[in-house]
Amino acid sequence: MVSDMNSIKPAIRDFIARNFLFSDDGFQHSDEASFLEEGIVDSLGIIELVTFVEKKFNISVADHELLPNNFDSVSKLSSYISGKLTDGS
Amino acid sequence: MTGHRMLVHEFLTRSTSRFPQKVALVCGERRFTYAELNEMSDRLGNALAQGGVRRGDRVAIHLHNSVEAVVGIFAVLKAGGTFVFINASTKLEKLTYILNNCRAKAVLMDARTGGVVALLEAVPSLTLAVLCGPRVESGNTHLQHFDDIQSTLPATLLPTINIDLDLACLIYTSGSTGEPKGVMSDHSNVDFASTSIMTYLESRADDIVLSVLPLSFDYGLYQLLMTFKAGATLVLERSFMYPALILQRIQEERSTGFPGVPTVFAMLLQMDMSAFDLSSLRYITNTAAALPPSKILELQSAFPGVTIYSMYGLTETKRTLYLPPNQLSTRPGSVGIPIPGTEAWIEDESGRRLGPGETGELVVRGRHVMRGYWESPEATAMRFRPGPLPGERLCYSGDLFRQDEEGFFYFISRKDDIIKCRGEKVAPKEVENVLHMLRGVTAVVMGVPDPTAGEVVKAFIVANGDPLTESQVIAHCRAHLEDFMVPKYVEFRTELPLTSSGKINKLGLN
Repeated sequence: MVSDMNSIKPAIRDFIARNFLFSDDGFQHSDEASFLEEGIVDSLGIIELVTFVEKKFNISVADHELLPNNFDSVSKLSSYISGKLTDGS
Repeated sequence: MTGHRMLVHEFLTRSTSRFPQKVALVCGERRFTYAELNEMSDRLGNALAQGGVRRGDRVAIHLHNSVEAVVGIFAVLKAGGTFVFINASTKLEKLTYILNNCRAKAVLMDARTGGVVALLEAVPSLTLAVLCGPRVESGNTHLQHFDDIQSTLPATLLPTINIDLDLACLIYTSGSTGEPKGVMSDHSNVDFASTSIMTYLESRADDIVLSVLPLSFDYGLYQLLMTFKAGATLVLERSFMYPALILQRIQEERSTGFPGVPTVFAMLLQMDMSAFDLSSLRYITNTAAALPPSKILELQSAFPGVTIYSMYGLTETKRTLYLPPNQLSTRPGSVGIPIPGTEAWIEDESGRRLGPGETGELVVRGRHVMRGYWESPEATAMRFRPGPLPGERLCYSGDLFRQDEEGFFYFISRKDDIIKCRGEKVAPKEVENVLHMLRGVTAVVMGVPDPTAGEVVKAFIVANGDPLTESQVIAHCRAHLEDFMVPKYVEFRTELPLTSSGKINKLGLN
């Protein structure tokens, strides 16, 4: 479980770098950078991000959970996913 | 009544006289009364005037939806200038082009965007840049900070120097040539269009409109202008990225009006909205692209008791048509009739007016027909042509329509190849120009249907230069184009089909 938790942030960074930043150099922002403020993910991208999170971590994101507090940075998203995985275990 | 149409900044000053302590604008956690915004725009207006802005000068605003952007619009008008609102995701290269095209005297931008010093060098007409957001130390005398202006400049109202025939704004729009063109709106155009739209929406001073639409988009801009004209409240959101947050905001702020585009409604209809109390909503509006009749029925059941307006417009006339809500069940596929005080008809290529059931170009007549394209006489002559009476302008929309027996209009298609992605216009030529910057690349782009965005951009590429990957192509486009213009799909080909005259045959790509 611990190794799963440690792999969350790198997985998010990698997905965003490949799919939204189209970068081969990885995720160049800080884990606290706001996806919205920094223009990292846009309103259509967020749907792709939710789909990725659901598949990769085998969790279900309820509509009311799709909020900036859960999704708007690598750190926030990682905490949200950890919480869901812990709840489900 | 004074006998003339209102000047656009009088939307703010008159509502300030009527409701000084009323909340006019909500941005996130911050709330601003009419009196506060009026003072803030006086201070910035004075700074612009001191910075050299004179009657008719263009001032660009390159900001996300924010209080600074709202204050900026009214400050430019109070200083006698013409505001040019530019999408905040517009990159430096295109921003430079637009600012040079309109010879902007000043610019308001976010310090986080960067590039302001380069911009001042690349645009010789600029004498002032007002930065918002974090402070950046610089010895450049042309740079001022929005917050410093607010703490040092007087809140005195500048004397009115414009009349309603002077330009209020330029709204840059994509054209089929690939070069953005500035649609010129004078104060009377904006006041007339606002009044007409507010008439059918039955706008009231107790309305609370929640807008997620960017102020750079005329549909978003008019949410601000009409709300302030009515003396109502605007809840201005930065984006529609978190639909649940928006629903929560509608619930918290007890919003009465919610304007959207098909992409927004497609996302909402995928959600379970039962957890939210949306009972405050009086109306929702849709424009930019038509909603399919099936989606309209879904919206009606998702928002019971809420009046739904299906509309159609183009920047060149602001709004053009609206469907009276009582017609929605009978003619869900129609975008309605001309907005109050205007007329429209359909013509064939020879200028003959067509009857019911026949397809032709929509032609629009009324005081909402804008003043043409900024310093583009040829493009203006194509779109804006003489009307039946001397001195008047008609707008030839470039869109094909038909009418039913009762006179209701139905959108058929565009005459040109413009792509509508998330409600925004994308000129294939503009994307192709950027792709052709890549060495050895021949490219053509087209719109392909997408369930959420309406259409998305697909690029077909022949790469005869360096080897290219899809992600390299997209990264290149992201560096040069606004978000909504970036291709979602890239397909590499060994050759592109040609027409008999040697041009690329887009129809042969499917």
